[in-house]
Amino acid sequence: METIFGLDLPTLWFLVIGGLITGYGVLDGFDLGAGALHLFFNKEESRRLALNAIGPVWDGNEVWLVIAGGALFAGFPLVYGTILSIFYVPFMLFLVALIFRGISIEFRGKEPMAWWRKMWDVAYMVSSTGITLLLGLILGNLIHGLPMNEKHEFTGGLLTFFHPYALLIAVTTLSLFMLHGAIYLVMKTENRLYAKLTVLVNNCSKFFILCFILSSMVTLIYIPHMTDEFKEHPWLFVLPMLAVLTVLNIKRNIDARKYFTAFVFSSCITAILLILFAIGLYPNIVISTTNPAFSISIYEAASSPKSLKIMLLIAAIGTPLVISYTIFVFWTFRGKVKLNEMSY
Amino acid sequence: MPSVEILSRIQFAFTIAFHYIYPPLSIGLGVCLVIMEGMYLRTGIKLYEDITRFWIKIFALIFGIGVATGIVMEFEFGTNWATYSRYVGDIFGSALAAEGIFAFALESGFLGILLFGWNRVSKGVHFFSTIMVALGSIFSALWIVIANSWQQTPTGYMIEGEGLQARAVITDFWEMVFNPSSVDRFSHVILGSFLAGAFLVMSVGAWYIVRNRFVEPAKAMFKVGLSVAAIAALAQLFTGHRSAEYVSHYQPAKLAAMEGHWDSSAVAPMYLFGWVDNKSGKTTGLAVPGGLSFLTHGSFQASVTGLNAFPVTERPTAVNFVFQTYHIMVAIGMMLIALTLAALYFLWRKQLFNKKWLMTLFVWAVLLPQVANQAGWYAAEVGRQPWVVYGLLRTSDALSKDVKANQVMFSLILFTLVYALLFVLFIYLLNKKIQHGPAMTHNEEDESDAFSKRNIKQLQNPEH
Repeated sequence: METIFGLDLPTLWFLVIGGLITGYGVLDGFDLGAGALHLFFNKEESRRLALNAIGPVWDGNEVWLVIAGGALFAGFPLVYGTILSIFYVPFMLFLVALIFRGISIEFRGKEPMAWWRKMWDVAYMVSSTGITLLLGLILGNLIHGLPMNEKHEFTGGLLTFFHPYALLIAVTTLSLFMLHGAIYLVMKTENRLYAKLTVLVNNCSKFFILCFILSSMVTLIYIPHMTDEFKEHPWLFVLPMLAVLTVLNIKRNIDARKYFTAFVFSSCITAILLILFAIGLYPNIVISTTNPAFSISIYEAASSPKSLKIMLLIAAIGTPLVISYTIFVFWTFRGKVKLNEMSY
Repeated sequence: MPSVEILSRIQFAFTIAFHYIYPPLSIGLGVCLVIMEGMYLRTGIKLYEDITRFWIKIFALIFGIGVATGIVMEFEFGTNWATYSRYVGDIFGSALAAEGIFAFALESGFLGILLFGWNRVSKGVHFFSTIMVALGSIFSALWIVIANSWQQTPTGYMIEGEGLQARAVITDFWEMVFNPSSVDRFSHVILGSFLAGAFLVMSVGAWYIVRNRFVEPAKAMFKVGLSVAAIAALAQLFTGHRSAEYVSHYQPAKLAAMEGHWDSSAVAPMYLFGWVDNKSGKTTGLAVPGGLSFLTHGSFQASVTGLNAFPVTERPTAVNFVFQTYHIMVAIGMMLIALTLAALYFLWRKQLFNKKWLMTLFVWAVLLPQVANQAGWYAAEVGRQPWVVYGLLRTSDALSKDVKANQVMFSLILFTLVYALLFVLFIYLLNKKIQHGPAMTHNEEDESDAFSKRNIKQLQNPEH
C-alpha cells in the first residue's frame, strides 16, 4: 500500500479528520460552552457582552463542523452514511438545535422587549447545551461501540443510545465546553462581569475535574477495547499522564488568574482527549459490540487512493489559508469586548 | 404511512428548496455590496457608505439563515441517503470538501469583519473583506454546482464493485470538475443568483422611491442593482441556451419532458405554454412549429428523440411538472429582460424615478427571480429522475438502510415547523430593517464617547 511519511493513505485521512474534529471542538467548544452558561448572567448588559464576545467568531468556528463533515464524507463515505443514518434522530435534533442557536444569536437583539430577549436567551442556552450533550452522547456511543451485524446494519433502537456510559460522556463533554467557554469569556470581559466570571470559571473547573476523573475511571474499567492499544504499547501511557498534567495546569492557571494560559491548556485537553479516543478506535472507526469482526475499519471504508491523494492536496492548500484567516479574525477582535451600534 | 423513499424525497426537496431562497440572495447581494463599497472608496461620498452598511446588515441576516439551512443539506446526504453517500463519496466528497475549505471558510471568516470590523480595520481591509465574502459565496456555488453537474453528466470516474456494493471511483479530477454540464450550469446558476440579489436591492430601492423615503440612497442602490441585473438578465439568454444544448446532448429524456415531446419520428415544436397529459402521452398548447428541432439540430425539419423512445422506468414520470417548471423559468427570464431594458431606457431618458408604475412593478419583481430559480432547479432535478446519478444510480436505490419511515416522518414534521417559524421571523426582521432604512453615518468620536459613558454606567450598576 502506498505511504506518505511512512503512513498509509487511510491512516493519514484518519488523522486529517481527527485534526478537523479537534479544531471544531477547540473552536466551537468555547462558544457552545459560553452559550450553555448564558443564563448564569442576570443583567441585560452582561448577556449582551457575553453574546458579543463570541459574536464575530462563532460563525467561523462552525465552519469546522462543515469541513469535518465534508472530509468524513469524502474520506470514508461508508462511515459517513453509516454513522449519520444510525444516529438519525440525534442528528436531526442536533441540526434543529444548530438552527435555533443561530437564529437566537441573530434575532435576540432585534427587539427591545424583555420577553423577546428572555425567550431567545433561553433558546440560546438550551440549544447550546443540547448541541453539546448530543455531540457527547454520539461520542460516548462511538467509544462504547454499537450493535451492528456483519453487513454493518444497526440492530439496536433509539433507546440503545441512552446507556449510562454515553450519558456520562455527554455530561463530561458539557463540563469541558462550559469550562472552555467560561475561560474564554473571562478573557474577553472586564469589571463586574469579569469578577462574576472568575467565580464561575472556578466552579466550572471543579465540575470538569469531577467528570474527568469519573469518566476516565469508568472507561478504564468498563471499556476494554479503548485501553488494549495502551497495553500493547506502554509508551502510549505518556498521553493519559499528559492529560492529567494538562488538567492540573488548567486549575493552576485559573487560580493564578492567568486565563490566556488556562485557555491554551483547556484547548489542549480537548485535543488530548480526542487523541486518546482516536488511538482507542484505530484502525477501526465504528466498533461493533455484537462481534468485533463486524466493526468498520478505515481500510474498508476509505475512498480510493487517488481520491484520497487529491483531497490531501486540497487540504494541504486549504488548511493554511483557513488557519491564517482564522488567526486574522481573532487578532482583529482581540482584547475586551465592547458594545456598539453593530453589536448583537 | 408513506414509504421511506417518498418521505426522504419530500424532505430533501423541501429542505433544499427552502435553503435555495437564501444562497442566491447572498451571492447577488455580495456583488452589489462590492460595487457599493467600491463606489464609496472611489468617490468618498458618504451616501455609498450608508447604503453599504444598510445592505451588509441584510446580507448578514440572509447569510445566517443560508448557513443554518445549508448545514442541514450536508448532513442529510448521510442521514437519509447513506447508499448514495457511499456510492458517490469518492467523487462528490472531494467537491464538497473543496467547498468547505476554500469557499465556506472564506466567507464565514471574513463576514465577522464585514459586520463588526468597521472601526477595527482600515477602509481598504474592510473592502478587501467584502470582496472575500462575495468571492467565497461564488466559490461555494461553484463547487456545489460542480458536484450536482457530475450527477447530471458523470465523467472522470469508473465503477468499482458489483450490484448494491458498487461505487463510483474518481479517475481524473479535472475531468470530473469540467464534466460536460458544469460550466454551462454554473454560469446559469450564478447569473440567476445575481438576478435574485439585484432584484432585492432594486425592490427595496423602488419601495422607498414610491413611498418618498430615503430617496437619495434609494436611487443610488437602485442603480447599482439595475447595472448588475441588466447584464445578468441578458447574459442569461446565452447560458440558458447553452444549458438546453447540453441537456439535448446528454439527457434527451429530460429535454423531451421539458418540451412535452413524445414521438421521436416527429418534428418537435417549441411550446410557449401548454399542458401535458401523461396518460395519453399528448401535449397541447401554443407552439412554434419545429422550434425544438431548430434549437437542437439547427433545422425546422429534423426529428427529435421523444419520451416514447424511453422505457417508462428510464424517464421522468412527472412530465407535466417538468414541462411547467421549465416554461415558468423561461417565461420569467424573458420578463426580467423586458423589465431591466425598460428601466434602462427610462434611466437614459432621465425619467426612471418618476415612473411610479414601473417602480411599483419593481417592488414586486423581487419574487420573479426567486420563482425562476426554484422552477429551474425543479425542472433540472425532477427531469433527471428516476436517476440520482444519471444512468448509474436510481433514486430508489440511494436510501439509508438503517432509517425507518416513522423517523423520517418525525424529522419532516420537525423541519416543516422549524422552517415555517424561520421564514416568519425572516420576513418580520427583513421588513423591520427595510422600514428602518439606511441610517446616516455615525461620527466615530461620538461613538467612542458613548462607549465610555456606558462603561461608567455599568460600573455604577453592579451585576448584583
